[in-house]
Amino acid sequence: MGLAPLIVILKTIALKTGDERYDAAARFWAKIFGINFVIGVVTGIPMEFQFGTNWSHFSRFAGGVIGQTLAMEGCFAFFLESTFLGLFLYGEKRLSKGMHWFSALMVFLGSWMSGYFIVATDAWMQHPVGYERIANGSVQLTSFWKLVLNPWAWWQYAHNMSGAVITGAFVMSAVGAFYLLSQKHIEEGKIFVRVGVIAALLVTVLQVVPTGDAQGRMLARSQPVTLAAMEALWETQPGAPLVILGQPDVTNQRIDNPVVVPKMLSFLTWRSWGAEVKGLNAVPKEDWPDNIPLLYYTYHIMVGLGTIFIAVTAVACLLMWRKSLYQSRWMLWILLLMFPFPYIANTAGWMTAEIGRQPWLVYGLMRTVDGYSKMVSAGNAWFSFLGFLGMYTVLSVLFLFLVRREIEQGPDPVVSPELRKRIDEIPLSPVEVR
Amino acid sequence: MATIWFMIVAVMVAVYVLLDGFDLGAGAVHLFIARTDEERRMVIRAIGPVWDGNEVWLLAAGGTLYFAFPLLYASSFSGFYLPLMMVLWLLMLRAIGIEFRAHIQEQVWKGFFDAIFGVSSILLAIFFGAALGNVVRGVPLNSDGYFFEPLWTNWRVGAQNGILDWYTVLCGVVALVTLVVHGSLYLANKTRGELNERARKVASFFWPVQVLLTIFSLIATVYAVPHVLENYSKWPIGYLVPALVIGSLIYMYYAHSREQERGAFVASCVYIVAMLVGAAFALYPNVLPASTGTNFSLTIANTATGAHGMSVGFVWWGIGMVLAAVYFIFLYRMFRGRVRLEDGNDHGY
Repeated sequence: MGLAPLIVILKTIALKTGDERYDAAARFWAKIFGINFVIGVVTGIPMEFQFGTNWSHFSRFAGGVIGQTLAMEGCFAFFLESTFLGLFLYGEKRLSKGMHWFSALMVFLGSWMSGYFIVATDAWMQHPVGYERIANGSVQLTSFWKLVLNPWAWWQYAHNMSGAVITGAFVMSAVGAFYLLSQKHIEEGKIFVRVGVIAALLVTVLQVVPTGDAQGRMLARSQPVTLAAMEALWETQPGAPLVILGQPDVTNQRIDNPVVVPKMLSFLTWRSWGAEVKGLNAVPKEDWPDNIPLLYYTYHIMVGLGTIFIAVTAVACLLMWRKSLYQSRWMLWILLLMFPFPYIANTAGWMTAEIGRQPWLVYGLMRTVDGYSKMVSAGNAWFSFLGFLGMYTVLSVLFLFLVRREIEQGPDPVVSPELRKRIDEIPLSPVEVR
Repeated sequence: MATIWFMIVAVMVAVYVLLDGFDLGAGAVHLFIARTDEERRMVIRAIGPVWDGNEVWLLAAGGTLYFAFPLLYASSFSGFYLPLMMVLWLLMLRAIGIEFRAHIQEQVWKGFFDAIFGVSSILLAIFFGAALGNVVRGVPLNSDGYFFEPLWTNWRVGAQNGILDWYTVLCGVVALVTLVVHGSLYLANKTRGELNERARKVASFFWPVQVLLTIFSLIATVYAVPHVLENYSKWPIGYLVPALVIGSLIYMYYAHSREQERGAFVASCVYIVAMLVGAAFALYPNVLPASTGTNFSLTIANTATGAHGMSVGFVWWGIGMVLAAVYFIFLYRMFRGRVRLEDGNDHGY
C-alpha cells in the first residue's frame, strides 16, 4: 500500500516529462510491488477465512455488522486492484501510456480502499457504532453510515496509511542509497533517494501530528484503561508524567529506571498541564489488558521509532536542500540501514492496537475468550498453526530471495531513443526471437 | 429478501466456478499437455492477467455470505476447519506457482513451480467438488447450529459422516473432470499449435467420462440423499435443470467436433451453471442441511442477518457488481485473442 502511491508519482513524472528514467524506475518498483502483491494476496485470503474458521462465535455475534465492510472490500477494492494489476503488469505494450498510468492509479486506489474497509472493520471492534443487540444475543446493523464513517476509522486509517507510505518511502530510499554507495545504477539511485526522502518527510510528520496524536486522545476518551496500560500509569492523577524509557513492574506497580517528562501526558491527552489522567487502578483488574509489559513496549517502540524517522528524514532533506546528500556517505549509510525499522514500527503499532483492546474482542461487548471457535479442538488448531508457520516461513524465504535478486539486477538500463532505433533495425535471428 | 441474498450468493459462487474454474482446469492439465518451456509459458500467459481477478470472486462471494448469513459462515467455516485449511495452503501454493515460476530462468526452478501449480490445481478442484458434496449431503449439526467433521470416518453416508465419504469423493472427481474439460476448452480457445491440439484431445478424451460421471453422480445423489427430489416434485419446472445439463453436454460435443471451440466453452459454462443451480434448487430453503435431523438444518430464515443490513447491501452490492463487470469486460477485451509470447515477458515485467 505504501509503494503504490510512490509508483504513481514515478509514473506521473514520467508521463509529464517524458523522462524514460522515471519509466524505468516505475518498472523496477512495479517488479518489487508484484512480488509483494503475490505474498499479500496469498497471506490475505486466510485472514478472511479465519473469521469463520477460528473465530466462529465472534462471527456469529458480529458478522451482520462487520460482514458489511468485509464484503465491500471484496466487491469494491479487490476487483479493482486485481484487474488493474493484471493490466498494469501484463499490459504495458498493449495499453497507451495514459492508460498504463491510469492502471497504476487504479491499483493504488484499490489497495487504499481495501485498507479502509479493513481498518473500518477493526475500528468497529475498537469502538462499536451503528448496531443493536437482538434477542439471540448477536448484533445487527442499524446504521450503515455510522459503521462506514466511524470516527475511529478515520484516524486509524490515516495513521495506518501514512505508516505504509513510510515503509515504502524508506525502502525506496534505502535501495537508492545502496546503489549510490555501491556505485551502480547511480542515476536511478538518485531518483529513489530523492522521491523516497521527500515522501518520507511528509508522512513521518503526518504520522505523529495529527494522526497519532488524535488517536491517543480518542483512546483517553473511549478506552482510558488502554492508554493507562500503554503508558504504565498506575494511579489516576492530575499532571500525569510521560514515561520515555523504563521497565514496567506490574506486581509492584512501578517503573524501573524511569526517564520521564513531568506533566507531559496530561498535556498531550487533554491539552492542559494539570488535567487528570485515569490510571489502571481506576478499573477492576479483570478489565486490564492481559499483557501490560508487552503493550507498554510495543507502544514505546512505535513512538520511539517514529521520532527517529522524523529526525533522519529531516537531516536527509536538509542535506538534499544543500545539494550534498548524494555525496554524504554517512547519511546514505543511515538511509540504507533504516529499511527494516518501518516494518518493526508498523508491526508494533498494530500490536499496540490489538493488545491494547484486550481483554475485549469487541470493546465492551464481547470478550476474546468468548469469540473463538469452540468446535475446533486445540489439536486441530495446532495442526493448522504449525502448517501456517511452515508455509509462512517458506513464503518469507522466497520473498527475501526474490526481492534481493531484483535489487541485485537493478532497474533496466535506459536506452536513448537513437540507440533504441538502432537496436530495432538489427535483424533478429529465430533464436534471438525466442 | 433473504431469499434474494441466497440467490445472489449462489450466482457469485457460480461466477467464481466459471472463471476460476477455467484457470484451475488449465492448471490441472498443464503438466500433461504443455511439454516444452514455451508451451508452459503459453499456458501461464493465457491465465496470467486474469487468474487473480477470477479468484477475487471467491473472496467476494465469501464476504457476501459472511454479512448476509453470518451464522452459516460461522458454522460451516469452523465445521469444515481441516479441509479449509488445506484449501488455503493449496491456494497459496498455486499462486506462487503461477507468479514466481518466471522469476528465475532455470529448469529446476521452473519445473518445481510448474509441479506445484499443477498438483495444487488438481487437488483444489477435488476439494471444491467434495465441499459441494458435503453441502448437498448434509453435516452433523448440533442444536446450537455448529458441527465439526473429521476428514473421514467410515467412508459411508450416514449420521456420523466425515468430510470424505464415497459420495463426496465422487463429487470431487466429477468436479475435477468438469474443470479439466472446462480448462482444456479455454486453452483450446487461447492457444495455437501443438498445445492447442493437445488441449482439444484432452477435451475429446474426457467428454465421455464427464457424461458418464454426470449420469452416475445424479443417480448417486438421489440414492444417497433421497430428499433432494422434494423440491423437484414440488416445483416440476426444476426438471428443466437436468435437461439443461444434458443439453449442454450434447451441444459441447457438437461444437467441439466441429472445431467451434468458443461454442464448446460456452456449453461447458452452461453445464457448470446448470449443475450448481440444480444443487441450489435442491437445497432451498436450506443452506446447510443437517444429517442429524431436519430440525437442526440451517435455513435461509434462521441464518440471515437483519433487514437494515440486507437492504443497504442491495445498494452497494449493485454498484460494486456493475463496476466489477466493467473491469472484467475491459480486462478480457484487452487480453482477447490467442496468446502471443512476444508481448512482454511472463510475470509482466
